Amino acid sequence: MFRKSLFVAQLCLTLLVCLFLIVPMLLSVLAGLTENYFVGLSSGLTFRWVIQVWQDYSDTIFRSVWIALACLAVNLVLGVPAAYALRRANNRWARAFEELLVLPIAVPGLATALALIAAYGGWSALRTSWLFILIGHVLFTLPFMVRSVLAVLGSIDLETLEEGAASLGARFMQRFFHVVLPNCREGILTGALMVLTLSMGEFNMTWLLHTPFTKTLPVGLADAYASLRLEIGSAYTLLFFLMIVPLLLAMQFLARPRGKSRNAATGKPESQSIIKEPVTP
Amino acid sequence: MIGMLVPAAAFFAVFFILPMFRLFLVGGSGASGWAAYMAIVTDHSYFSSLLATFGVALITTLASLLIGSIVGVFLQRHRFPGRRALVALITLPMAFPGVVVGFMVIMLAGRQGLISQLSMALGGGRVVFAYSLVGLFLGYLYFSLPRTILTVMAATEKLDPKLEEAARSLGAGPWHIVRDVILPGLKPALISAGAICFATAIGAFGTAFTLATRINVLPMVIYTEFTLSANIAMAAALSFVLGALTWTVLALARSAAGNTVAAAA
Repeated sequence: MFRKSLFVAQLCLTLLVCLFLIVPMLLSVLAGLTENYFVGLSSGLTFRWVIQVWQDYSDTIFRSVWIALACLAVNLVLGVPAAYALRRANNRWARAFEELLVLPIAVPGLATALALIAAYGGWSALRTSWLFILIGHVLFTLPFMVRSVLAVLGSIDLETLEEGAASLGARFMQRFFHVVLPNCREGILTGALMVLTLSMGEFNMTWLLHTPFTKTLPVGLADAYASLRLEIGSAYTLLFFLMIVPLLLAMQFLARPRGKSRNAATGKPESQSIIKEPVTP
Repeated sequence: MIGMLVPAAAFFAVFFILPMFRLFLVGGSGASGWAAYMAIVTDHSYFSSLLATFGVALITTLASLLIGSIVGVFLQRHRFPGRRALVALITLPMAFPGVVVGFMVIMLAGRQGLISQLSMALGGGRVVFAYSLVGLFLGYLYFSLPRTILTVMAATEKLDPKLEEAARSLGAGPWHIVRDVILPGLKPALISAGAICFATAIGAFGTAFTLATRINVLPMVIYTEFTLSANIAMAAALSFVLGALTWTVLALARSAAGNTVAAAA
């Protein structure tokens, strides 16, 4: 009897939490498609607000996509080789560097942005360029790419693979591109999805780094929330969801335990947590 | 081979280490000099916002650990149709930016929010609490719960059910099993999830920004010092201290939870 009421209590709490997490998303989607949210659904459904947002804010959407792609490119160039070097070095210094690399996640975005402004804010060509935002985004996303590639590299026997290739006469660059990279494909893919998602949603830093000519999607969202009617804010959020949810679902699909991607140490399927680092809201 | 590290290291040195050093210097360059770094404890209004920030962060952490561990264990232990889809759905919020999280709180508890509409329909008057510390707490909870639930689910998967059976066969009741078997097993995961909750809640800016600029938490104070008062030195000193505090919390939790969580924290 007691056991049963315990079960019911747990079930109720779980349902409540699910409602708490899901209902606001649904309400927001609904509000973005409703003629007049205050009147309610009886006022009819419309794409009017979505169209209006697209007309007024599509530039922020394109800019965010562009910055996210550029951020991914920089991450591939900087992060993947760095992860490889860290894996191969595998000593105290490598771990210290890895710790250092995670600092921009641990330190609030506001502080990082102020630091960038303090150091380079006077250089107006950079300050007014989208590149300034890109720098912030790369700092913030690099640890995710490095860690997700490192996680894969840690689970394969890199030394044996490389030795094999080297004994067949493969040079360093050949080994890197034809042995190392194909083997950490999955880590790169997960890292890439994470980088795109985080860059597209980054607000804390971007709010201080942007100028009126370099507004990104979350900056536009904050504008819309502050000054426009609820339906427009919701429609804008709806567009944001449309961009970000496919990326998140792809990430969850990749993180799903499958037969071949098992944890090398325990032999158990990898856990399903997708974002392992703190992301400051 | 170590050369592969050079581009990332150079980028990091130029755009993070150097600027942080500069921020530190700027923090000491204001009217009050290096004393600016002490202002967070000596100045009454800064200290009270530090306390408010820590208070909300602490309550958020405790609430999301308590709720998250019950829900996480439940979701991991029970199979039902649509479970995977449900878990996918409830973990979406942890990738939302703070501004969107703030907006979700407004949809729930704002002027035109669900709770306000329900309370009006029930004749209880307009109930609105989004634009306050309570709203901020709800926002942090909205953001932290998915991560806590996921972390607990992953840790529960690794618990050995045999231990619980053994405890049960020795006559332990459900509370006993929770206290002596399940909680110790989840401890590292809870510490790491708790530290992340706390650290994110200390440094969160977007949520407070969306809900109300009047909420007196540290990130909002820094933002106001920087933009409205143009007191850049104080903003720099406060944000440096905030960054150091956040980093310390994460580092302490990691050493408390042992190296096993290193990868998860």
